[in-house]
Amino acid sequence: MNFDDTPQEAAFRETARAWVAANAPKELEDELASSSLGRIRLKHADIVEVGKAWQKKKSDAGWACLHWPKEYGGRGATPIERVIWQQEEGVYGKLTQPFQIGEGMCGPTVMAYGSEEHKRRYLPKLASGEEIWCQLFSEPAGGSDVAGLRTRAEKRGDDWVINGQKIWTSGAHYSDYGLLITRTDPNVPKHKGLTMFFLDMKSPGVEVRPIKQANGMQEFNEVYFTDVVIPDSQRLGAVGDGWNVSLTTLMNERMSIGARLATGFPEMFEFCANLMTENGLAIDDRATRSKLASWAVKASGLKYTSYRAISALSKGDRPGPENSIGKLVAGVMLQDIATYAMDLEGAAGVLTGADEAETQGQFQQMLLTSPSMRIAGGTDEILRNIIAERVLGLPGDIRVDKDVPFNKVPTKGRT
Amino acid sequence: MNFDFSDDQKQLRDQARKFLAEKCPPKAVRVVLDGKETYDRALWKGFADMGFLGVAIPEEYGGAGAGHLELCVIAEEVGRALAPVPFSSTVYLAAEALMLAGSDAQKQVWLPKIASGETIGTLALFEGTGNPSPKAIKLEASNGVLNGTKKPVADGAIADLIIVAARTASTGRDSDISLFLVDAKAGGVEAKALTNLDPTRGQAELTFANCKAEPLGAAGEGWSIISQVLDRAAVLTAFEQVGGSDRALEMGRDYALDRIAFGRPIGSFQAVKHMLADMYVSATLARSNAYYGAWALSTNAPELPEAAASARISATQAYQHCGKNNIQVHGGMGFTWEFDCHMYYRRANALALGLGSLSYWEDQLIDRMRKRNAA
Repeated sequence: MNFDDTPQEAAFRETARAWVAANAPKELEDELASSSLGRIRLKHADIVEVGKAWQKKKSDAGWACLHWPKEYGGRGATPIERVIWQQEEGVYGKLTQPFQIGEGMCGPTVMAYGSEEHKRRYLPKLASGEEIWCQLFSEPAGGSDVAGLRTRAEKRGDDWVINGQKIWTSGAHYSDYGLLITRTDPNVPKHKGLTMFFLDMKSPGVEVRPIKQANGMQEFNEVYFTDVVIPDSQRLGAVGDGWNVSLTTLMNERMSIGARLATGFPEMFEFCANLMTENGLAIDDRATRSKLASWAVKASGLKYTSYRAISALSKGDRPGPENSIGKLVAGVMLQDIATYAMDLEGAAGVLTGADEAETQGQFQQMLLTSPSMRIAGGTDEILRNIIAERVLGLPGDIRVDKDVPFNKVPTKGRT
Repeated sequence: MNFDFSDDQKQLRDQARKFLAEKCPPKAVRVVLDGKETYDRALWKGFADMGFLGVAIPEEYGGAGAGHLELCVIAEEVGRALAPVPFSSTVYLAAEALMLAGSDAQKQVWLPKIASGETIGTLALFEGTGNPSPKAIKLEASNGVLNGTKKPVADGAIADLIIVAARTASTGRDSDISLFLVDAKAGGVEAKALTNLDPTRGQAELTFANCKAEPLGAAGEGWSIISQVLDRAAVLTAFEQVGGSDRALEMGRDYALDRIAFGRPIGSFQAVKHMLADMYVSATLARSNAYYGAWALSTNAPELPEAAASARISATQAYQHCGKNNIQVHGGMGFTWEFDCHMYYRRANALALGLGSLSYWEDQLIDRMRKRNAA
C-alpha cells in the first residue's frame, strides 16, 4: 500500500507538470483557485473565450481529451495518465468547464455510434474546443424519467423534422452542436420509440432561451425546436434504439461529474477555525466540532474512495462501483454545510453581499446553489436506485408504463 | 498509486474468511451470547494455529513478523464473523502496548505466549463513566504496588496479562500517568464479570489490592503510550467495524431480496432500497477511511493520529448505521432473539464505545486537524 507513482507514471507526471508550468495562464491562478462551487466567473475575462484558448493550446500539444485515440484528437493515453493529467492541470482544469459535456458525454456517444466520417470530422474539433457541444436530453415532462420525453422526430424523405422542447441544457447558447434524443414512435412503449441524433445548433427553427434559476443566475437554457430539419445521416444508432444510445451518454455523465466534486468542507473548516462567536472560537464549540468531524470523515472518505479507483486504473483494472457514492455524499454535504455556516453567523447570516465580512457571501451562494447539486446529473433518489440495483443487486421498481404504448401513458396526476 | 491491499494480503483475507465461516458460524457465536462459555476456546486455539494472533508480532518474539496490513485484513474478518474471542484486547491493546513500550525481557516473556494463544491480554484504562483522560485515572501505583479499581475492562475476567494505567504523581500533567504490567495469576487482582451490551465480548471490573506490578515503559510516559496504543487500536477496530458493516448490509440486502410483501420482494420498494443504498454509502466511506488508517499504521506515518481518528469515526458511524437499519429492513423478525441482526447491533454499539466514544474521537480529530493546519 503506497501513494507513489510507478516509474512510468512519474515520468508522465513530470512531462505534464513541466508543460502546465510553461503554458498555463498563471494570471488566472488565484481567481480559479478561490472559486470552488458552481459555474466559474472570471472578473475580467469570459470563461468561454479563455477556456477556448487554453483548450486549443492543450490540443496543439496533445493534452486535450488525452484518453481518446490520436486520430480523433486525443493522445491515446491510458486511464491513469488521464487522471495524472487532471491532477497536474489542477485549477486550470476549471477553464475546461464549457467543454466538459462535449468531452464527457457527447464525444463518447459519437465515438460509439457515429460513422467513421463523423468521428474524423467532429471529434478533433470537439477535443480542441473549437466546437462546443451540448446535450439535449431533459424535458419538462422527462427529468429523472428521461424516457418519458416528448420531442418528436418525424421522417420526411431523407430528413427528420423535429418539434418540441428541451430544458436544463447547459451551454446551449454558446454551443455549435447538440446531442439530441427524440421520440420517433409514440405507438410503442416509451423506451422503444426513441432515436438519437446530433444537430447543428444554428439550424433554422432552434431557439435558445435562458432559464432564470432559483439562485438568481442564468446558466441553463430551454431549447425550442420548430420544424428543425436534421439529415438522416446525423442519426446515432438505429431508429428506435435511442434509449440504449443514451445509456452510453448518461454513464459517462455520472463519471465526469463525479471527477471534480466540491464538498464545501475545506472552506467550512477554515471558517470555523477563525470565526469568533460570543462563546469563543466556533471550532471550540462541542456541537460544531461534532458536525465538523462528521463532515471531515465524509470528505476524506470520498478522497480515499477516489484513490482506490485510481489505484485500480493504475493496475489496469476497472474501478469498482464504490465511486458511485460521490455526488450523493457531496451534494447533501454542501447544503448542510451552507446551512450550518449561516447558523453560526446568526442574524447576519441572512446577508448575501459579496462585501460582507467573514465569508463574502460564499456560504449564502452555496446554500442557494446546492439544491441543483442534488438534482443535476441524476437526483439523489435516482443515484440511490442505481446503487441499490446495480451495486447491491436489488430488483427494479415495478414500472406501470413499461409495456404501455407511449401515447396511452397518463400525462397528468390529479385531474 | 497502489492504495489497496496486495494479492498476498487479499489471499490472507480469503483464508481468514473461509476459516471463520467454518469455525465461527452464528451458532458458535450464540454459545457465548447465551452465556454458556465466556469465550470460544476452540476458536481461540484455531486463531493461534492459523497464526492470526502473532501476525504483526516480530519473528524474534514468536510471531509471524508479517505486519499491520496483514492484521487489518484479519481484523475485518473477525468483525464480519462476530468472533467471540478476546482478539481485540489481546492483539490490538496488550500486544501493541508491549511492542511499543515493552523492554526486551518483557517482550521475550509475553509476546510469544500471545502469539501461541497461551496468554490473553488486555488494557485496564477506564474507571467508570467517561472517556480516555489522564485526569480520570485514580488508581495509584507506588513502590511497585497497585491499588484501585478499573471498569470496564474488555475481557478483564479472562485476561492473564493486564496492562494498567496508573497514577504515579498528581501535578495535573499527562506525566502523572505511568503504565504497569500485571500477571493476573500472581494474585492481588480480583475480577468480577459485568453484564454488557455485547455478551460475545466480556467486560469486567478489576480490583487491585496491593497488587504487585512491573513498570511498562518509562515512568511518566504512560499517557503518551496509551494515546499511541489507542490510535493503533482505533485503526484495527475500524477494520472489525468495516467487516461488521458489510455483513449487516449483506444480511439486509439478502432479506430484502427474499422477503415478499404486498406481492413483491420488499427490496423493490424504494423506501427499502434507499435505506440499503445509504448503508452502502456509509460502509464505503468507512472502508476508504480505514484503508488510509491502515496505510498510516503500517508505515508509522506522522499522519497516523489524524488517520486513526478519521477511521474510527467513519467506521463507528457506518457500523451503527448498518446495524440498526439491518434490523429495520428485517422488520419484526429483526427484533427477535432468533435472528442474528441483534448480534450485529450489539457489537456495533459496543465497539463504538470501547476505545472512547464517538464524541471523544470527534474531539481528537478536530484537535489533530487544527494542529496540522497550524504546522
